[in-house]
Amino acid sequence: MAESLLEVRGLKKYFPIQKGWWKERLYIRAVDGVDLSISRGEVLGLVGESGCGKTTVGRLILKLIEPTEGEIIFEGKDLSKLDKKEIHSLRRSFQIIFQDPFASLNPRMTVAEIVGRPMEIHGLVDRYQRDERVAQLLESVGLQREHLYRYPHEFSGGQRQRIGIARALATKPKLIVADEPTSALDVSVQAQILNLMKELKEVFGLTYLFISHNIGVIRHLSDRVGVMYLGKVVEMGKKKGLFQSPLHPYTKALLAAVPTLDPKKKREEVILEGDVQSPINPPRGCRFHPRCRYALPRCPKEEPLFHFVEEDRSVACHLYG
Amino acid sequence: MNERGMTSQIKFFWKYFKRNRLAVGGLTIILIIFIVAGTAPFLAPYDPGKTDVSLKLKPPSLKHYLGTDQLGRDVFSRMLYGARISLSVGFVAVGISIFIGILVGAIAGYYGRWVDSLLMRLVDIMFCFPTFFLILTVVALLGPSIFNIMVIIGLTSWMGTARFVRAEFLSLKERDFVQAARALGLNDRRIIFRHILPNALAPVFVTATLDVATAILVEAGLSFLGFGVQPPAPSWGNILTEGRTYIFDAWWLTVFPGLAILLTVLSFNLVGEGLRDSLDPRLRGRR
Repeated sequence: MAESLLEVRGLKKYFPIQKGWWKERLYIRAVDGVDLSISRGEVLGLVGESGCGKTTVGRLILKLIEPTEGEIIFEGKDLSKLDKKEIHSLRRSFQIIFQDPFASLNPRMTVAEIVGRPMEIHGLVDRYQRDERVAQLLESVGLQREHLYRYPHEFSGGQRQRIGIARALATKPKLIVADEPTSALDVSVQAQILNLMKELKEVFGLTYLFISHNIGVIRHLSDRVGVMYLGKVVEMGKKKGLFQSPLHPYTKALLAAVPTLDPKKKREEVILEGDVQSPINPPRGCRFHPRCRYALPRCPKEEPLFHFVEEDRSVACHLYG
Repeated sequence: MNERGMTSQIKFFWKYFKRNRLAVGGLTIILIIFIVAGTAPFLAPYDPGKTDVSLKLKPPSLKHYLGTDQLGRDVFSRMLYGARISLSVGFVAVGISIFIGILVGAIAGYYGRWVDSLLMRLVDIMFCFPTFFLILTVVALLGPSIFNIMVIIGLTSWMGTARFVRAEFLSLKERDFVQAARALGLNDRRIIFRHILPNALAPVFVTATLDVATAILVEAGLSFLGFGVQPPAPSWGNILTEGRTYIFDAWWLTVFPGLAILLTVLSFNLVGEGLRDSLDPRLRGRR
């Protein structure tokens, strides 16, 4: 296994909420103990249904929100132990691509400002080189030089997402967190953006944490995949192995829900019963047990540990331990 | 800002604004008052302070368009100079109030938590004061000069703006482009002033226009009570006060300054509403 660029251990984020007049403190356990690591140059896909905490994991890694607990180690440095100045200089090394290209670009700034400002802030260019560098970057994401002085509202969704990608690339980052970068786009444009991201990864030597609820997208781009359910990673492994023989019952259900092109192909039908439980008061033991068809007597009592079942394949389920 | 984008934005806005006839009328009147106030020394036929008791209380005529007052001063000339004072009080006071309002609102909305609670309670406290009497008291203590009046009106009218700006900041700071700015490592000052504020300004302009009207009214009210701009300096408010004594003998002393105040305040209000309608996409196309 290659050297790991990012290591996350025991990451937790609880959002406090108040209910009723008596200020009883309740917490949404958005992320509740996530471990993961990303090697240099790899694409880790994080998949899971809405509300499972995948976006929160992304924002925590970027230090956009402070974790309740846990360690984030980037290139061997624990982010929680760094002071503001060190964080600031590290920020150029990790960037984000957002889901909604209509919300992620400041409507009152030109493309040259949106993409060029980060370069200036991190002292990568002086004022006179800026526009030239931005133009080069625009060309590498498939836009043109003449787009430099236009405003976001003059572009289509796909073009805007390209601007968002150019902005993320502006500081020459090592890690890019892509938070559902294609889910707001037309299907035809989605493929273009994914291929662009694949290409840029090779050209700029990037590492991606790719967050999506779309299994097709994850399959297209990822080297390894992590499956999240209710704030926890339930299974993680190399793409091929995980997709061919999913271990965790939730992964099985998730994959079975993806439509196939071949109608004759026989598949195991797995239909999940019930809804996702509340992250305010998650089920005891295994969080998936109320919906799990293989649930064992110990499942509601003991929380399964996340452990390796084979090399580079881990799962949190009592069926395999 | 880039020129092409800017002009296209203005064009877009103007397209909606000009549909509102009343607002365009108000804007025209405001522009006329502005020009008149700016060129008062050239337009005024007489020195506004020159007294001539032999000409006292003359009704409007071709020589004195709006008549003369009890000291024989030309009312038309005094009104022109009065426009300068009324407008500058309006704009400077609103300038001060917007400055404070934006600052307080931005800080409260951006930082949230206890900073927000503290500043918003301060706003509540300021709202509780009967502003007009507060102004009267302060003027009585510090003395009535144009400068004092502008500052005091400004210092007591920023709360509405602060609330507006805070509300805008609360919603804008969660938007992705602000998150992106944070991910890029921009400092708070830059995020507040370069990224959030320009997107929060539209409603501020609207309240500002309406506030100008209020400030002009407050100044007129103060002058009317004798706590405003002091004679012999002319303001619409004190021309009105002085004319009150002669209201049955010389109607022109009260009617014209009254009309001027009415027209100005009305125009600002119409423009403010027009601005609001054309800046808010949800209200577009109703007319």
